[in-house]
Amino acid sequence: MRFSSLAQLRQLCEEEGAPIARIMMAEQARESGLSPEEIESRMASYYKVMKEAVRKGIYDNPRSRSGLTGGDAKRVHDYKAARDPSLGGEAATAMAYALAVSEVNAAMGRIIATPTAGSCGIIPGVFVSSQERFGWDDGVLVRGLFAAGAIGYVIANNSFVSGAEGGCQAEVGSAIGMAAGALVEMRGGTPEQAMHAVGLALKNSLGLICDPVAGLVEIPCIVRNGFGAVTALAAADMALAGVRSAIPSDEVIGVMLEVGSAMPEKHRETAKGGLAQTPTGRKIMKELYGKGDPS
Amino acid sequence: MRFKDVFSIIGPSMIGPSSSHTAGAVRIGRAARQALGEQPLEAEISLYGSFAETYRGHGTDVALVSGLLDYGTDDERIPDALSHAASAGMQVRFRAEKKPEVHPNTVSLSLGGSADRIRVKGCSIGGGNVEIVGIDRFDARFGANQPTLLVFHEDRAGMIAEMSGILLSSQVNISHMQVDRESRNGAALTVIECDQLPGSEELRRLGEIAGVRKVRLIDLSEKEGTE
Repeated sequence: MRFSSLAQLRQLCEEEGAPIARIMMAEQARESGLSPEEIESRMASYYKVMKEAVRKGIYDNPRSRSGLTGGDAKRVHDYKAARDPSLGGEAATAMAYALAVSEVNAAMGRIIATPTAGSCGIIPGVFVSSQERFGWDDGVLVRGLFAAGAIGYVIANNSFVSGAEGGCQAEVGSAIGMAAGALVEMRGGTPEQAMHAVGLALKNSLGLICDPVAGLVEIPCIVRNGFGAVTALAAADMALAGVRSAIPSDEVIGVMLEVGSAMPEKHRETAKGGLAQTPTGRKIMKELYGKGDPS
Repeated sequence: MRFKDVFSIIGPSMIGPSSSHTAGAVRIGRAARQALGEQPLEAEISLYGSFAETYRGHGTDVALVSGLLDYGTDDERIPDALSHAASAGMQVRFRAEKKPEVHPNTVSLSLGGSADRIRVKGCSIGGGNVEIVGIDRFDARFGANQPTLLVFHEDRAGMIAEMSGILLSSQVNISHMQVDRESRNGAALTVIECDQLPGSEELRRLGEIAGVRKVRLIDLSEKEGTE
């Protein structure tokens, strides 16, 4: 790849007068030796999986294998239809869809890791709801996934995208940044605005720990995906309005690395701290495994 | 760069709930099946660390058995793999081990087939990526991201030259290679990671080298998209 930072990515976009998505597709073609059509068709098949997961999560009432979670996506979706959500209908839809995909994941349904399974709801939540709202054809969203992937590629290689390494900020935080930047581009913003959206979004999740109850990708992962979709919309709006990330986005990614590296092991997916070790978290673990401690 | 391309960020397509506990486990299971060379008739699966603690909640058990059944990471039969295995006549036993392992997501699969047995130990290192760390009593480390040959042979001078000569004649480039042996002139395992997929002709010729006991090819690329 010809870029390893967001600044380099933006520079490539500006030099070549191309959006982030087109740069990523060209780089991927070069890296893999495949044609742009083959690459695009693989990404298009991934987008279909995302849309199907949204549908399943809203209408098929998935329950997780542990029995702990399920049905919240439908609750939010029904509430949105019955009442006027405080967020407004569009953001509530994005939230419901993100919950839906995360619930499908917990129920052992098919999802696309974006960038991980734990954060798989945020990008579909933002993308599928935006497609319905703005009437975009699939091609817009598929290109948007390349833009999101380019941003994630920079984050992953300069920091981390797994909760075990860097806490929830690395999973859910990265997904929010990817979704926000991609949404800016899909809505006609400049690469510069997209990069600011990434920094704005990441700053809001710095320090978020990974503390899954009983070690499962359910509590609090599913609701954090719902919140994440809403935050991505907010960050994209700020950036499109001209709000800038005063600390450059590459530097914010560096902070995520610093914070995640300093995060104690008990707050990195081990279920040895945080929500997992609350009295209720321990009780749930005990009911599932017959003991309240993961090791 | 730890992450090489856009599909290591957007992807894999997988059955939830966890890229390390589910998708990675499917891939370790598939690699183990290919190391045996056939669908196992029996499997004793020992889980360590986080795998041992949470395998039921994460579906690590069904994911590993899915791999033994040769399912891909996004096969919708994964949740029901245990009953599919039973109907296919595969006997599966799980053991949660107490012994600490270096990596928290470690599994050891002891597989029996119609003519052969093998033990494969692997770790799921995140995002669906895996590392195989042991085959039988040999140290072997590879990620199964590339076609990987396992050549079981006796330790003798010239063995590696003969193997690499066969691959050279087919223009298969070796990207990484390692040898471990039980003793001088004893049993040895050579692991060869390749840039190109060796064909059945290369496998046959490798198997005919004097002192080679068996050859296995591990290739997870089919059923995992295009790379």
